[in-house]
Amino acid sequence: MKTIKNIILVISTVGLIYSCGNNNGGKSGAMASNNAEKVYVAPGEHDEYYAFMSGGYSGNVTVYGLPSGRMFKEIPVFSQFPTSGYGYSEETKPMFNTSFGFVPWGDAHHPDISQTNGELDGRWLFINENNTPRIARISLTTFETEEIIEIPNSAGNHASSFVTENTEYIVAGTRFAVPNPQKDMPISDMKGEFKGPLTFIAIDDEGHMKIDFQLNMPGFNYDLAHPGRNKSHGWFFFTSYNTEEANTLLEVNASQNDKDYVVAVNWKMLSEYVANGGGEKVAGTYAHNVYNEKTHSATSTMMEGVISIDPRKVEGAVYYIPIPKSPHGIDVDPSGEYIVGSGKLSTDLSIYSFTKIQQAIANKDFEGDAYGIPVLNYENTLTGVVTQAGLGPLHTEFDGRGNAYTTFFISSEVVKWKLETWEVLDRLPTYYSVGHLMIPGGNSRTPDAKYMVAMNKITKDRYLPTGPELEHSAQLYDITSDKMELIYDFPTHGEPHYAAGIAASKIKDNVKKYYDLEDNDHPYVAKSESETKVVRNGNEVHVYMTMIRSHFAPDNIEGIKVGDKVYFHITNLEQDFDVPHGFAMIGANTAELLIMPGQTKTSTWEPKREGVWPFYCTDFCSALHQEMQGYVRVSAKNSNTELKWSLDEE
Amino acid sequence: MKTTLKLILWPLLTLFILSCNTNAEKDKTADTITTEKSQEKTGQAFIDDKSALPNALKLAMGSEDHTTLVAAVQAAEVENALVNVGPLTVFAPTNNAFEKIDQNTLNDLLKPENKSQLALILTNHVAPSNYPIEMLVKNAEKNRKLYMASGEYLEVTNVNGDLLVGGTKIVATVKVSNGWVHIVDDVILPKN
Repeated sequence: MKTIKNIILVISTVGLIYSCGNNNGGKSGAMASNNAEKVYVAPGEHDEYYAFMSGGYSGNVTVYGLPSGRMFKEIPVFSQFPTSGYGYSEETKPMFNTSFGFVPWGDAHHPDISQTNGELDGRWLFINENNTPRIARISLTTFETEEIIEIPNSAGNHASSFVTENTEYIVAGTRFAVPNPQKDMPISDMKGEFKGPLTFIAIDDEGHMKIDFQLNMPGFNYDLAHPGRNKSHGWFFFTSYNTEEANTLLEVNASQNDKDYVVAVNWKMLSEYVANGGGEKVAGTYAHNVYNEKTHSATSTMMEGVISIDPRKVEGAVYYIPIPKSPHGIDVDPSGEYIVGSGKLSTDLSIYSFTKIQQAIANKDFEGDAYGIPVLNYENTLTGVVTQAGLGPLHTEFDGRGNAYTTFFISSEVVKWKLETWEVLDRLPTYYSVGHLMIPGGNSRTPDAKYMVAMNKITKDRYLPTGPELEHSAQLYDITSDKMELIYDFPTHGEPHYAAGIAASKIKDNVKKYYDLEDNDHPYVAKSESETKVVRNGNEVHVYMTMIRSHFAPDNIEGIKVGDKVYFHITNLEQDFDVPHGFAMIGANTAELLIMPGQTKTSTWEPKREGVWPFYCTDFCSALHQEMQGYVRVSAKNSNTELKWSLDEE
Repeated sequence: MKTTLKLILWPLLTLFILSCNTNAEKDKTADTITTEKSQEKTGQAFIDDKSALPNALKLAMGSEDHTTLVAAVQAAEVENALVNVGPLTVFAPTNNAFEKIDQNTLNDLLKPENKSQLALILTNHVAPSNYPIEMLVKNAEKNRKLYMASGEYLEVTNVNGDLLVGGTKIVATVKVSNGWVHIVDDVILPKN
């Protein structure tokens, strides 16, 4: 064997004819200029769609315009963001509280927009965090994170945060099966002992999230999910892999079973079961963090206990359906009839019929069971197979015109195919190794299918090189005609695991332009310069400060001592769109603050040395921005310097 | 070992640059008529990665023992599947292996209308996993099958020190940038 290992193929000098063919994937001449027109949004004009792209390991969401590919904003969600002070300001630190303490980073995955009657309604964007299981809700009027809820008893929240068609529920999954409840036990005893809870989070009319129940499933890896819609509304579908329950070298050991499972969950039935007192209250500690737009502050509440449901105890609510080869995506077409499963090691797509699933359930057409959960007959629930469509299928979106679009990671392409005939209609390469794809509203009853965005894992040579680390690439396809056409290519930030697109008209007129100062209920607000003051409480000093073009009030403070902890509570008095001010203090061990009109934010500073130390506005706010500065005099710990503050010596 | 590889790669690189130049020339003249066609030969297969090792496709293209395999990969247009970040394990049949197939059958397979059949046969030689020799030995011991991109499974057996995959012997192994290439002396036909 050793000799075999060491043999190297004699490489001949056959030319690499194909090594450097045309690599730009675009078209030249008249076609190309036509494409330029399609994506051109003239200066001052607006894009037709918003695209909210997951930032993956950046922990955040980026907002793009389509078709231009212009990035408008990065919304901080699960990661501290020094640009605005999110996660550094006293008001936003509670957003990062978890049962593990302060967690400053997260791995953002699948954004999804709230729906009413199966249509995107543009109220909120939800996004899940995979690492320390959480879900966040972002307001689509302020474009700020308003709420984060932790998911207890779980690990690897990947099958999330997909929204049912009246935003009744969003879900969270468990990709890394764990002991539930957690306990000290040998890893090798995993089989049958670990669990994979699926969590159903109820959403109220204000968007607030509440863990309604956890379905305590066998310990497989629950990977992705989609709600039923239209005729299958009331059901939720999940994929699971590692039904082998391997705990080591999963790349080999979790690929042994010919089929894994789709889980079909009748959540309406479970919801009623819980409402009628079903389920059992089990332990589970989790943080629920809510940002209040009036106080401009977040509070964190530690919660105890969740309702757990044993899936075997509610007959008719939970079924497994076999699916080939370690499935990844599970996608439901706009009619709700077809459920498309992508076995990521397969070349085929498996399409199940909701009607057939219901028939199989009615007929008790089971192949057997897994840990007491009935397994529906594969052949009798399957309605079609798209055969040999490509290598490594991952995700499918729909255009509402009877077509589906599936990404293939290994063969690096998007394949368009027809529902009901299952024939491949078109295929186009992506650049390179595509993960998710997104059609605005593609996850609703009414896709708005003019464009499709492919989000690629590998960038390679697409843009000017920037060293070993590259941003991921996205490609925009025109899907209005029979053949897809690649029309644009732009870099994204972080790793975009999925995106949510929506017509701009559904959001842009509702967007908040500034916060009303009258409504500001921050406990340390100063609504005018006359309300500014400095209050000492032991070694804590609270500065009630205001900012307006182009000064701080107060801008001279004396009587601060080494060893004090100074809280700068700063209110932006402006009441106009797009007039933020910034605040930075020399040597502060925190980030700057970017404060919107009418808002109050707090920065802390612990002066370590005597002297006179400046602070200033970081945002070029006005013609006299450079004049917007102030000084703090710091005296020795035991000095008698009187505490005083002033603006223009008054 | 590293130096050997580098020595081998140098002539390859030189040739690569040469062929680039000729292509560039051709592209210029054909500029006006290449809209549809140019799209077909795009993707990861056609990037110069400057990686320390060649990828599976480039390795095969550089081997005089695998000209039939390369021709088949090109006929089936599955180049991009062999250059993907993978990891991939490719069981690469030699020209000799292809000669064991009835020549009429082989010629038929290379026809455009049989593209999908050919693709299925080729993907039966590609596992979307990382299987160095040590892992294959372990798989044989533990009775673990290999799942191939064709959707079929191959068995690994250890017969008196010879490692057999799908019944055919591995005669050589090369590390590539996106996985492993094991040279085999038979074409491994899908069962279905």
